[in-house]
Amino acid sequence: MGKVVVVTSGKGGVGKTTSTAALGAVLAQTGKKVVLIDFDVGLRNLDLVMGAERRVVFDLVNVTQGVAKLSQALIRDKRLETLFLLPASQTRDKDALTEEGVAAVVAKLREKFDYVICDSPAGIERGAQLAMRFADEAVIVTNPEVSSVRDSDRIIGLLDSKTLKAEQGESIAKHVLVTRYDAARAARGEMLSIDDILEILSVPLLGIIPENQGVLRASNVGSPVTLNEPTNAAARAYADAARRLEGEDVPMVLPTEKKGLLNRLLGRRVA
Amino acid sequence: MSLLDIFKRRASAPVARERLQVLLAYERNNRNQPDLVAVLREEIMAVIAKHVQVNPDDVRVTMDRGKTTSTLEIDIHIPNADTKAAPAL
Repeated sequence: MGKVVVVTSGKGGVGKTTSTAALGAVLAQTGKKVVLIDFDVGLRNLDLVMGAERRVVFDLVNVTQGVAKLSQALIRDKRLETLFLLPASQTRDKDALTEEGVAAVVAKLREKFDYVICDSPAGIERGAQLAMRFADEAVIVTNPEVSSVRDSDRIIGLLDSKTLKAEQGESIAKHVLVTRYDAARAARGEMLSIDDILEILSVPLLGIIPENQGVLRASNVGSPVTLNEPTNAAARAYADAARRLEGEDVPMVLPTEKKGLLNRLLGRRVA
Repeated sequence: MSLLDIFKRRASAPVARERLQVLLAYERNNRNQPDLVAVLREEIMAVIAKHVQVNPDDVRVTMDRGKTTSTLEIDIHIPNADTKAAPAL
């Protein structure tokens, strides 16, 4: 039986889809069978970030409605044998997904895959609640910024009340993934620090993804950053986070700037 | 820009942290309760509508939360009997 993980945040634009792609690719690279489900009905983007936008034939809604078989809708990644994508539908009907339909799809995927990673839409409405509904674990993507932290807190409240696990009296395992972190700014007191975020949210840390230009480059070409530039700081941080998700004890390294004084001065002037 | 301005700008993270702590402490407390003001507004409207005709837009219910006490302010504009026929009590 595979593990169902929801990648969620409340706020939009914090890196849910990027993180889903990056974590999924790393897990698949280690030989795990991974399927990524895009729950953002109407605004799908995981296909684009994964570089599979031209291979979408059937989608999650088609499968839940019985229009297509699961095997017809799953897209195998061109780079990794064990990585699959179940795209969202572009329909404008927000109620296209039903709880029963999602339950059936997730249950089937859970049998065949080691990881079922659900990429949640932003917000706290139906779509986001369906994405988290059957999850065993949650990755809460948070930017070191007040609105993102507030929305994460709200999502944590939903994870503790609206998931099947919560309703059954069990608790869902939660992890915070801080993205777009700038250690230098945090050190200067210009940005919430990791300690601030963890103290406010009181959820254990899965990883710290530094602000990095490679993330945009990867999405430009439709490849998870962990595949596109495996040695880049953000990719390495995602790789560490994936190992922690696997239960490994990986020491947390704060991504710090390795620039010298001169570089910093020059870098500043250019910026 | 003075030196003080630079210093002030740098110390913004503690402000963010404190604002969040205060806000979230409040929001967590109220998370599982229905919106009190909305409930009050609806029930007050129902009571008034039994006796006087009022436009829902003319009823304002606001809650001002202070540290030790909160104020509930209900502002209802009732049209005068000569401008609009109000039903007798």
